[in-house]
Amino acid sequence: MSAAKTPRQAMPEQPPLVRARNFEEVPLGYTAEQAVAEASRCLQCKNPACVQGCPVNVDIPGFIKHIAAGDFDKAIGKIWERNSLPAVCGRVCPQEIQCEGNCLLGRKGEAVAIGNLERFAADWERQHHVCELPSRDAATGKRVAVVGSGPSSLTVASDLVLKGHEVGLFEAFHKPGGVLVYGIPEFRLPKDIVGAEVACLQAQGVSLECDVVVGRTVTVDELFEQGFDAVYLGVGAGLPKFMRIPGENLVGVLSANEYLTRANLMKAYLFPEVDTPIPRGKRVAVLGGGNVAMDSARTAMRLGADKVSLVYRRSREEMPARKAEIHHAEEEGLDFQLLCNPVRYLGDDKGRLTGIECIRMELGEPDASGRRRPVEVPGSEFVLECDLAIVAIGSGANPLLTRSTPDLPLNKWGYVTANADTGKTGKKGVWAGGDIVTGAATVILAMGAGRKAADSIHEYLTWGW
Amino acid sequence: MFTIVNREEMAGGTVILNEIEAPRIAAKARPGQFLILKANENGERIPLTMAETDPEKGTVTVIYMVVGKSTELFRRLGVGDAYQDVIGPLGQPTHIEPGKNVVCVGGGTGVAVLHPIARGMKQAGCDVTSIIGSRNRDLLILEDKMRLASTDLHICTDDGSYGRKGFVTEVLKEKLEAGGVDQVVAIGPVPMMKFVSLMTREYGVPTMVSLNPIMIDGTGMCGGCRVTVGGETKFGCVDGPEFDGHQVDFDELILRLRAYTEQERCSHERCKWEEGGAA
Ligand SMILES: Cc1cc2nc3c(=O)[nH]c(=O)nc-3n(C[C@H](O)[C@H](O)[C@H](O)COP(=O)(O)OP(=O)(O)OC[C@H]3O[C@@H](n4cnc5c(N)ncnc54)[C@H](O)[C@@H]3O)c2cc1C
Ligand SMILES: Cc1cc2nc3c(=O)[nH]c(=O)nc-3n(C[C@H](O)[C@H](O)[C@H](O)COP(=O)(O)OP(=O)(O)OC[C@H]3O[C@@H](n4cnc5c(N)ncnc54)[C@H](O)[C@@H]3O)c2cc1C
Ligand code: SF4
Ligand code: FES
Repeated sequence: MSAAKTPRQAMPEQPPLVRARNFEEVPLGYTAEQAVAEASRCLQCKNPACVQGCPVNVDIPGFIKHIAAGDFDKAIGKIWERNSLPAVCGRVCPQEIQCEGNCLLGRKGEAVAIGNLERFAADWERQHHVCELPSRDAATGKRVAVVGSGPSSLTVASDLVLKGHEVGLFEAFHKPGGVLVYGIPEFRLPKDIVGAEVACLQAQGVSLECDVVVGRTVTVDELFEQGFDAVYLGVGAGLPKFMRIPGENLVGVLSANEYLTRANLMKAYLFPEVDTPIPRGKRVAVLGGGNVAMDSARTAMRLGADKVSLVYRRSREEMPARKAEIHHAEEEGLDFQLLCNPVRYLGDDKGRLTGIECIRMELGEPDASGRRRPVEVPGSEFVLECDLAIVAIGSGANPLLTRSTPDLPLNKWGYVTANADTGKTGKKGVWAGGDIVTGAATVILAMGAGRKAADSIHEYLTWGW
Repeated sequence: MFTIVNREEMAGGTVILNEIEAPRIAAKARPGQFLILKANENGERIPLTMAETDPEKGTVTVIYMVVGKSTELFRRLGVGDAYQDVIGPLGQPTHIEPGKNVVCVGGGTGVAVLHPIARGMKQAGCDVTSIIGSRNRDLLILEDKMRLASTDLHICTDDGSYGRKGFVTEVLKEKLEAGGVDQVVAIGPVPMMKFVSLMTREYGVPTMVSLNPIMIDGTGMCGGCRVTVGGETKFGCVDGPEFDGHQVDFDELILRLRAYTEQERCSHERCKWEEGGAA
């Protein structure tokens, strides 16, 4: 049977009605047999389009070939050449628009499950520990401060420590990992995996300090005064957006950042085993249609809601969330209120949320983004009853660090301006990348930016600005 | 790091002082700023104002009232124990204008927050009249320190067991009637700050309050600390914690502070029960 005709190996998953009430990971991972079978579907194209689709150009046919041959340790080594967080990327990359979106097999049938295979190789390595830590170049005596500990910063730290520089990682929260630990839920990305990646970095010699808010505890200029030769800013886009409609401060209206941080970072789903509480809504409305909205809605379901509605103002085709997550959400019984926009929140005399007045939308002419603009249908207002609303309509640039660094050039939305090829900012010795430069994007793009910045920082430390 | 080097009990053990090793924070902190502390791995992130900082010794001091599970866990930490996490300094420092005629009003543990501000104002050459109060004599804290930080100190207790019987607002009213007050600073329970602000508004005296909304990160990331000030949404952790009392929607703050009351009560009961009902 030719590869194109062999069906794609289905990912074993927890059954929808079981998983909708627990926090364990949804996809269970391929067995070795499944991985070999899936890898054998790859056509090993001479000019692999999938590699172009991957923002860090993982040698996809290369690593898949090793899996097909059963050489799993060689496979992970191949991935590591380009990607230091494969267990994460294999789980959260929007593969359908990146690597798999370009797969030749996908044109006629189903693309090779590149993400699932990448995940398999990484998980296999974590369970067997066959590979040794990559070796470090001779010490250069140069010191680099890396601010934040999301995927972008972790990449910079890992690349620079291998090149022989001393790296100090500073994180504002009490745990490292950025969105990977406070945003993306356990059932999609187990926190142990992020922990293992960070432990690996520390084993390579990166020093990590949590509880340091750069801009408050120490400023960027003070980092230079303390002897750092370069600073990388990977602080993410941590500013919650609200809709600015009436009733937004009622008890029961939360930003997705707050809700997910309580649930993931503070493990509030275990309350009262842990001390941080989380509102458990009976009827929950989540506003938005991206990954953040899906994660919030599926978390609410797991916290015991009777009904969870996703309120999104465009249609299903325009939802920016990963396809796999929309599909999972649907299987778990989430109610999709599409073409629907909140107008105001309604509350009782105790200041608690009781519902949201919404209005139906229809799609009009395409707007600047090329997407058809949603317009209100007059007179179509209705009330969506709910006791918890989670606002997941995007995030902006948090001004805390940038305000304390007045000579750092920003764009009009407050994001740091940095050269797309090098990550260099307009302030000498300072680089930036990830969501604080691009606005909310993806894990692998943040890592890609980190990789380029690390190269540029290395060049600077070797040759000068 | 974050080891407790000194511990005191006040107000019959309901208010605790912890002096904590945190050199980097101590070097940076200014009056009016706060910390976020976490006792252990499963602990909650709790905001507390710095009552004192000693950059030379590298320590910061917090004074807190034991009200729920987390502050109960804090209470159980002794000298030599450490907080797992201490984050700061957070929030905007107090804006102090030299040479003013100021009345500082403090209630309950609010006096701990008020003290460094009163002292800072006196050092800046302000004339500081302080009015501090509590429910009864045993609950009054920092009387001596407040006396040093003020030109003139008045004490009130609700039950008349010490100082004058009645609320701090009664003395404040007399001061406002007498005139010449440039500014009022009010820190204490939210209802107290509300009534002080309502009163000073009548006299047109600018009033600063320090708000205590529920917080998680303290860096402007979660929006949990939203307060309405002058009709606009502000984040208590980065825009505050001090705001113009005449502009604050106190009723909304009171409602928002009750968001987790049920869960907090259950958690605290359980915590006391686990210690054999002794807490
Ligand atoms: C709920 C959610 C789901 C997502 N799902 C996906 C997905 O499925 N696939 C995907 O590819 N992408 C997803 N994303 C997007 C992706 O997570 C981000 O694009 C990526 O994490 C950005 O990485 P970063 O390194 O730029 O910053 P972040 O991950 O945001 O990390 C920034 C870190 O810096 C710290 N920090 C901030 N300010 C300071 C300071 N002043 N001092 C010290 N530390 C500071 C923060 O605490 C944080 O830990 C999701 C995002 C969210 C919120
Ligand atoms: C910027 C800031 C500075 C603060 N400084 C001090 C300080 O110097 N000293 C001090 O004693 N307290 C201070 N607080 C209040 C302190 O954070 C709370 O008392 C603490 O979070 C209670 O935690 P808990 O788990 O013990 O009680 P919980 O179980 O959380 O609550 C028990 C009771 O306290 C009430 N409560 C909960 N959170 C707060 C809050 N943020 N403010 C007031 N009441 C609350 C609840 O409604 C409940 O009735 C400050 C708060 C903020 C935001
Ligand atoms: S890193 Fe992401 S885009 Fe690249 S191959 Fe892996 S899953 Fe695909
Ligand atoms: S505490 Fe999270 S934004 Fe203020």
